[in-house]
Amino acid sequence: MFPFLTVLVALPAVGAGVLWALPASARSRVREIALGITAIELILAAVMFLQFDRASAGSFQFSELYSWIPQIGTSWALGVNGIGLSMVLLAVILTPLAILAGWREDRDVKKRTNYLALILLSQAFMVGIFVARDVFLFYALFEAMLIPLYFLIGMFGGLQRRYAAVKFLIFSLVGGLIMLIGVIALYFQGPGGSQGFLTDNLTGLDFSTTTERLIFLAFFLAFAIKAPMFPVHTWLPDVAESARVGTTALLVAVLDKVGTFGMLTLCLVLFPDAARWAAPVIIVFAVISVLYGALLAIGQENMLRLVAFTSISHFGIMVLGIFAFQQTSIEGASLYMFNHGLSTGALFFVVGFLVVRRGSANISDFGGLQKVVPVLAGTFLIIGMSALSLPGLSPFISEILVLVGAWGVVPVAVAFATVTVVLAAIYILWMYQRVFTGPTPKTLEKTRELTLRERLVAWPLIGLMLILGFFPAIAINYLREPAQDIVSIVNAQEAGQ
Amino acid sequence: MTFVTPTIQWAPLLPMLIVFGAASLGVLLEAIIRTPATRRVVQFVVSVAALLGASGVAILQWATLDGAGTVVMKDMITVDRQSLLWQIIILLMGIFGVMLFASRTSAGESGFTPLGASVPGSQDETIARRKGFELTEIFSLGLFAVGGMMLFTAVTDFIFLFVALEVLSLPLYIMVAVSRRRRLLSHEASLKYFLLGAFSSAFYIFGAALLYGATGESSYAGVAQVIQVTATTDPMLLTGAVMVIGGLLFKLGAVPFHSWTPDAYQGAPTSVTAFMAAATKAAAAAALLRIVYTAFYTLGWELSWLIWATAIASMLLGTVAALVQTDVKRMLAYSAIAHAGFILVAFAGFVPQALSAVPVYLLTYGVATVGAFAVVTQVRERTEDGSIGGEATRLGQWAGLGKRSPFLAGAMALFLLSFAGIPLTAGFIGKFEAFRAAIDGGAWPLVFIAVIAAIASVFFYVRLIVLMFFTDVPEGAEGTIGVDYSPLARAVVVLTAILVIVLGILPGWFLDAANDAAVLLVGAAG
Repeated sequence: MFPFLTVLVALPAVGAGVLWALPASARSRVREIALGITAIELILAAVMFLQFDRASAGSFQFSELYSWIPQIGTSWALGVNGIGLSMVLLAVILTPLAILAGWREDRDVKKRTNYLALILLSQAFMVGIFVARDVFLFYALFEAMLIPLYFLIGMFGGLQRRYAAVKFLIFSLVGGLIMLIGVIALYFQGPGGSQGFLTDNLTGLDFSTTTERLIFLAFFLAFAIKAPMFPVHTWLPDVAESARVGTTALLVAVLDKVGTFGMLTLCLVLFPDAARWAAPVIIVFAVISVLYGALLAIGQENMLRLVAFTSISHFGIMVLGIFAFQQTSIEGASLYMFNHGLSTGALFFVVGFLVVRRGSANISDFGGLQKVVPVLAGTFLIIGMSALSLPGLSPFISEILVLVGAWGVVPVAVAFATVTVVLAAIYILWMYQRVFTGPTPKTLEKTRELTLRERLVAWPLIGLMLILGFFPAIAINYLREPAQDIVSIVNAQEAGQ
Repeated sequence: MTFVTPTIQWAPLLPMLIVFGAASLGVLLEAIIRTPATRRVVQFVVSVAALLGASGVAILQWATLDGAGTVVMKDMITVDRQSLLWQIIILLMGIFGVMLFASRTSAGESGFTPLGASVPGSQDETIARRKGFELTEIFSLGLFAVGGMMLFTAVTDFIFLFVALEVLSLPLYIMVAVSRRRRLLSHEASLKYFLLGAFSSAFYIFGAALLYGATGESSYAGVAQVIQVTATTDPMLLTGAVMVIGGLLFKLGAVPFHSWTPDAYQGAPTSVTAFMAAATKAAAAAALLRIVYTAFYTLGWELSWLIWATAIASMLLGTVAALVQTDVKRMLAYSAIAHAGFILVAFAGFVPQALSAVPVYLLTYGVATVGAFAVVTQVRERTEDGSIGGEATRLGQWAGLGKRSPFLAGAMALFLLSFAGIPLTAGFIGKFEAFRAAIDGGAWPLVFIAVIAAIASVFFYVRLIVLMFFTDVPEGAEGTIGVDYSPLARAVVVLTAILVIVLGILPGWFLDAANDAAVLLVGAAG
């Protein structure tokens, strides 16, 4: 069988190498080449999606297993179930759009090459993480991914980019290195041997209670930093403000999903008892994230920071869904991971379009754009509506699933979290009001309308959100079985005690 | 008592004999060949040939090793897979070192003063320079040091270890002193290194004497046997053990025996720093490993506090001090102290796993260290007339290096990331193995502290990356820094960078070798 997953991981990595190796004369076409590579990647992923057996979405498909460093116990083990597949699709959909969105960012060809190569490299790591079926491999990619991102933030972006890059790196490494202790300790709990790090070999281990809890915490901390949860979220707004919009969109829409993805597929599956033990506290922090993120979003002056805070709020909902341990809530959370990617990715892109036009992300620098650029305004509004979970757009259904699913177990938490629907309406609509309505300042009267390229970036995402908004079953069919498996693992252990 | 002359099996000693032989030949060549340029080339060829030949023989011995190994000279030297592995690592560092010794700037300058005996700034110095003198003794000194280090890893007798210790140390003291530029700093570094080194040697030999007094044995095996049989916790024995370990910790550069490191690393010619940072640490770790895991293994619990304390102190002090450095070489020196701590973490579990983890750590660390210092040799100040000057070691001078030379800056970033232990670089495999050995032995609190130190250390590694890539060349400083092109130093950078990546992604072959080497041959006592 065609090794889809290895190719999906290797293609962008090789592509990055190709870009760097290009002779100076060929570099003028570097954007087209990069876009071409991501397009091939997208097509490959689409073929894989069509070949994916939906009837057994819960089992890992397209599995590959090669020995990598048997002396350490790690293998090149790949495979996707429905959740992993949705994440891979998200990554391959958003990367070409990010390249397209930043088409005119660099005049300097050398700088452009570096940027695109680093984006491709990040894509390779992103896809790799979502398909890794070996804890060591997952960890190695999880950490190595920081490097291209660090350079993406630090080399390209605004004034505070150096500070943001270092902050991002340090936060991530704190989580990552503590997770390393967990990873090593986990190995010694497992069967060991040359395949001792395979996720399957580490599932259902018999831990002592303390060991399981400690290892769980080591993993969870890393994921909580990635999927920025209160109180370890502070790096995200700084990065969002300073990095390029394309970088931020990929970071928030796809890479941060590694956090929730890890909680879902590692924390819950490997350490079910500890997960149940920690769930009450985690849910409290999730609800705090939901409300805190939303409230801070309302207060932001900078649109990029605002979107970053909305994401912190949305990630809180996902975590709430995951740690409610209900079939519906986990289904909703995994669906939300995909939909939030579409919605936030689109929101960052469209804010980026505004920033390019005005040269500033401050809301107070805008006003009255509705009359000048109606198409841009409409696009912005629809995407904004998706972020506030308007029915008909896909994030709505996922948020409802989470809240309804969790209601049966943690009604108080859900009650608090539901407030976010109102808060979301405030931060989105108020931003829209200040940017697009009112009198138009003189400087903005000649603002360019949405170009064809920009429409190609934003509208496919809107289309996807509409399709999934009206026919969520398309996606849910892929997520139901994996969610069932996870829930049964968590609850089977409970019944056993 | 009659003295029985031991029969010596020469064959297992061949790698060391080749290196010592070539070193002696080098001394002879100094006297015979008059033209400096010819002498330099001949010395270089002889050294590389000797090191390659010795590596070849060592690899051959590895492949054909009979059983566990051979004990030579009545317990004094043990040739087993562990010592062969260390010798190969040291020879590799030696080859890199010699390549750096021989590298010259585009202006044809070596890194060494033309006449070591001349007073800095004196007429003699000027004349020596004008006449084109060359300090080619550095090659034979280097070979003597390599030979001493190889011996250091194979010796299994406390008294004989002292001989090896001096053989490796004395050439290094001289090599540190012969920098071409900033000669007074170089002299000062050498003096400090020498005085403290002499002090630690005294420490060591006193410890060895106490051990002999307590056990009546001088071989590792003999001491181990006495400890095991009598289950003694004799204060004299313990004091001796602590002092012996202290003497070795000096060479490893661990706190509290670290204070020479920053000065010696900074003052020494950078090529010497590269060699000594990588190879001396490896030799010291090898000897320490063998002593702790044979002679003192049953004392494990009594000694573990010592390992823990020095490991923690080294990691914390090295990291914190590195944070405030403004000189690249000093920063790398403090980072080396922190790495000494990480190496000790691997010891702390007192599990056989350490016997493979420590060599892996030292190889991954050594490769990146040589590479990093090789980069340092090529970042140069540029004088007003555009010619290449001394090394630019102030951190600020590295600003915007990514634009000036993406290759050098990229390689340096790779080495720094390896130091920081980022996956897919060699350093990660080293840290992983070290932490695994420690956790296996239940020393996870120590690993936790190590992780905190590792996170903090990222700050200063990353600071240099920020300077190189995210900072523009300061206004008005465009012409002040030049990147020098020296083929040999470039070759070292390329080779070490390739090794860092290969060891990071496909380390299996080396881990296999290290696992094979994880058995120490302990000779029969008596």
